[in-house]
Amino acid sequence: MDMENEILIGSVVGDEGVLALEELARACGAEVEWIVELVAVGVLAPEGRETTDWRFRAVDLTCARRVARLQRDFGASLEAAAVMIDLLKQIDQLHARLKQAGLNVD
Amino acid sequence: MEFKDYYKLLEVDRTATADDIKSAYRKLARKYHPDVSKEPQAETRFKEIGEAYEVLHDPEKRAAYDQLGNRWRAGQEFTPPPEWAAGFEFTPGGASAAEGAGYSDFFSTLFGNFARHTAPPRAHGEDHHAKIFIALDDAFHGGTHTVTLRTPQVNAQGQVVLRERSLHVQIPKGIHEGQHIRLAGQGAPGVNGMPAGDLYLEICFHPHSLYQVQGRDLSLSLPLAPWEAALGATVKAPTPTGVVEVKVPPGSQSGRKLRLKGRGIPGEPAGDLYLVLAVVLPAAETEEAQQIYRTMARELAFNPRHSLGV
Repeated sequence: MDMENEILIGSVVGDEGVLALEELARACGAEVEWIVELVAVGVLAPEGRETTDWRFRAVDLTCARRVARLQRDFGASLEAAAVMIDLLKQIDQLHARLKQAGLNVD
Repeated sequence: MEFKDYYKLLEVDRTATADDIKSAYRKLARKYHPDVSKEPQAETRFKEIGEAYEVLHDPEKRAAYDQLGNRWRAGQEFTPPPEWAAGFEFTPGGASAAEGAGYSDFFSTLFGNFARHTAPPRAHGEDHHAKIFIALDDAFHGGTHTVTLRTPQVNAQGQVVLRERSLHVQIPKGIHEGQHIRLAGQGAPGVNGMPAGDLYLEICFHPHSLYQVQGRDLSLSLPLAPWEAALGATVKAPTPTGVVEVKVPPGSQSGRKLRLKGRGIPGEPAGDLYLVLAVVLPAAETEEAQQIYRTMARELAFNPRHSLGV
């Protein structure tokens, strides 16, 4: 088969929890323990009660990778990165509301 | 290949001390970090700054870079001199292949052979990530998208080279911004028989000329004539799946939202399409039009500033 013309079909990581703990850790190039900590401080909120049942969504993947970058690039602690994430979310929400109100922020 | 002026990128003199360079980098990193910055081109700038810092904060790389001298200017066409890096012995442990992914060809050419990618003897391949920009239309109808990736690879000489590869990916109907398509086995190869990593493609939409997108919901600004807004009317509105007729209730003002349920991005449940009403005034360029406005002014007891108390 001509590899160049093959159409790849992936799975969607979307609004429903699909990624297991190990999968999310690997996607972030991080250790499982680090993900567990992110859940403990409330940055990530997986579906499922036990760690083995945890399933993460697209927002968790985006958020965890963001925290990883903030920690790496600013030498931030996990708590500090978590605060940054909260503030960034608030700013995004405010921007969205300004945009809805027809005000351009940029 | 373009020459990069790393001193200029970090906004420091060629005589800057190690401390100057570090503090310049820290300041600029905070300004342009793509996660916190709203500056245009933040991501590109941040990569350039990181690359400049990677070279200038390392005494060996800086000395080698300085050897190129003042002969080059930023953006100038550059080929490394034949004696490049002669007499320099580099310590391994610079940028790893993965970190080097965002660096320029200029960097890879000069410092590519610094990189040592030391993987454990048996290791699962790393997952890779990329963003892809698709048309909003693809979310409605599905489609295929060709993504070209530049993957850093360590060649037989131990140098990091960028290899381009194209993948054709199916875009499933109903996908929306912020979701990811996960392609199993398309990440970094595994070491010694371990499986390859996966490739995650984060979905972004190209900006659309009509619709604003929020999650699965769309919004569209729908212009109305004053009489349509005031008296109510049935008007045509475009949707991504075709033109529909919409009933505008009498007494509508600009900013009022009409929701067309299920007319957003398909899914379970499908998103909604919000029509944001915008009353547009006809120009008063002709005598006739002016006459009508004058009649309204005379006949309607209307003070638009009533709520301001004036």
